[in-house]
Amino acid sequence: MAPSESPLTGPDQGENVLHVEELHKYYQMGENKVHALRGVNLEIKRGEFVAIMGASGSGKSTFMNILGCLDKPSSGRYLLEGTDVAKLDKIQLAGIRNRKIGFVFQGFNLLSRTTALENTELPTLYARIAKEERRERALESLRLVGLAERTDHFPSQLSGGQQQRVAIARALVNRPSILLADEPTGNLDSHTSVEVMEIFQTLNDKGLTIILVTHEADIARFARRSIVFRDGTIRRDEIISNRAVAAEMIKTMPALED
Amino acid sequence: MDFLSTLQIAMRALLRNKTRSILTMLGIIIGVGAVIAMIGIGQGADQTVQKQIATLGSNMLFISSGSGNSGGLRVGNGSTKTLLEPDVAAIARECPAVVAVAPGTQTSAQLVYEGDNWGTRVVGTTPEYFDIRTWPFQSGTSFTRDDVTNAANVAVIGETVRKNLFASTEAVGKKIRIGNLPFLVVGVLVAKGQSAALSEDQDDTIIAPLTTVQKKMTGQPWLRFAMASARSRSSSYAAQQQIQALLRDRHRIRPGQTDDFTVRNLADIADVASEASKVMTVLLGSIGGVSLFVGGLGIMNIMLVSVTERTREIGIRIAIGATEGDVQRQFLIEAIAISLLGGVIGILTGVGASFIISSTAGWPVAVSTTAILIAALVSIAIGVFFGFYPAQKAARLDPIEALRYE
Repeated sequence: MAPSESPLTGPDQGENVLHVEELHKYYQMGENKVHALRGVNLEIKRGEFVAIMGASGSGKSTFMNILGCLDKPSSGRYLLEGTDVAKLDKIQLAGIRNRKIGFVFQGFNLLSRTTALENTELPTLYARIAKEERRERALESLRLVGLAERTDHFPSQLSGGQQQRVAIARALVNRPSILLADEPTGNLDSHTSVEVMEIFQTLNDKGLTIILVTHEADIARFARRSIVFRDGTIRRDEIISNRAVAAEMIKTMPALED
Repeated sequence: MDFLSTLQIAMRALLRNKTRSILTMLGIIIGVGAVIAMIGIGQGADQTVQKQIATLGSNMLFISSGSGNSGGLRVGNGSTKTLLEPDVAAIARECPAVVAVAPGTQTSAQLVYEGDNWGTRVVGTTPEYFDIRTWPFQSGTSFTRDDVTNAANVAVIGETVRKNLFASTEAVGKKIRIGNLPFLVVGVLVAKGQSAALSEDQDDTIIAPLTTVQKKMTGQPWLRFAMASARSRSSSYAAQQQIQALLRDRHRIRPGQTDDFTVRNLADIADVASEASKVMTVLLGSIGGVSLFVGGLGIMNIMLVSVTERTREIGIRIAIGATEGDVQRQFLIEAIAISLLGGVIGILTGVGASFIISSTAGWPVAVSTTAILIAALVSIAIGVFFGFYPAQKAARLDPIEALRYE
């Protein structure tokens, strides 16, 4: 499929989606001052699929929070599609989180007692999109993750993999510039993990920029580029040569009973 | 987020914890219900008192001989002999605010009809008395002016007297005895009922021509009281002033000296009574106000619990693009929804309670729309006031912390 046909990409493919320069972050933890990020420099182009790895305490979570505009850097520059995020106020940042960034969390973080469709629709409510279009977009998103048949199910009626797919649909509903996935397979078995990675790869093939945080090397292999954090800086940044293809792996995996 | 979606989310959150929502509302329900019921009952009681006072006569003024204070000695009403018939004639002639005036004297006597007898109040007056007191007849008519001139032995009886002497037989045309004197009953008055203001049975009376009572029964040529009717309710005060000035002049009371008569204005009596019931309403209303405040605290408490419980939800909402304003609005609308819903239920409860209490006490129901409107507005205000802090707390949560919250 040609990238231009996809609803997930803009016209300026190949440009920098993300530009990070000398990023530092300090925390005050009781009496100790923690230097969580010590000068991170990174560029991510549109359409990339980047896996960020690192042990806990390496600074990767802090980095993700800053990329997701949930946290602000202590110093340095972070340009998201050319916009200097540090210069934005709270309401503008909420707008960025809402429209430019799609979040997928380890714990799915769906609203309970709220249907798959309504969960998917949630970001469109904050985007003040007209009611008919909200519904349409949510249905389209659920179709993209293969859950068109389960729109009226509550999270409690869905398997872990299905819940994570609803979360991905929710992240996609406002057609973001980047998808930030924080340990998306952390709560899933290996078979379901591969299924989720297949969705990511399909979305990436359609042109979506994905940043995936994981500590599992197996999962990172599905990305195109891997970045390793250690002690608050990037230690390694390389192209993954023998990239795993989830769609093929599923065929060879033994089927599990759900 | 648009208002409708926010409202929808708030209502769903309330429905999720039905028991809790209802318990939280209870404070507001009781508060609003109490206020509405108290105001309703207070106004009903006031209307009853006002109606009873009105049965005494329209725009009536009551003039009695004797005054509250005479040279340091308190002297009871009707105790001096200075109020005379020419005074009454002068009032009718010279006071422009007075439309009618009737002289009166009073004694008590035993009535006898065939085998029955009944002790009652005997009033001697003129036919104007019935107009001043706006007292219609259920049968027969008033005695006439000629009867007064001739000191005729005719009488009009009240309902209580009729019941006790005649039971179901016709009273008009019958001869009764007052003491030893034979009287012809010419009329029966309609029942006026118990007067709360005077605490007496107004129907327990027999009314005869003034001259008859003065000459044949009491032997006193002076009056014990007079009744006057002002042109309108608003002119009762002017009428009172005019009567006072006239009587002081006629009785040659020098400036500084105390009156030897008392003029009471029915409008004043009514005002005092309504003042009393106002105090009552305010008192009971403030009890309701206190329970509203406590109800508001309950809402604040539950909203704070709710914010803590839903920390993760708030984190999710912020992460996917809710602004502080969106989150704050969501919780504020929840608080307002609780208190407004409680207010509406409270209004219904209060109206129901005032109907029940009023019908038990035999009062008219006075459900004031103003009170209902104010109660609804107050409920909203409580929601805003007590919901503000929890909503702000929710809006200021750190999304990173909130997402990690278990």
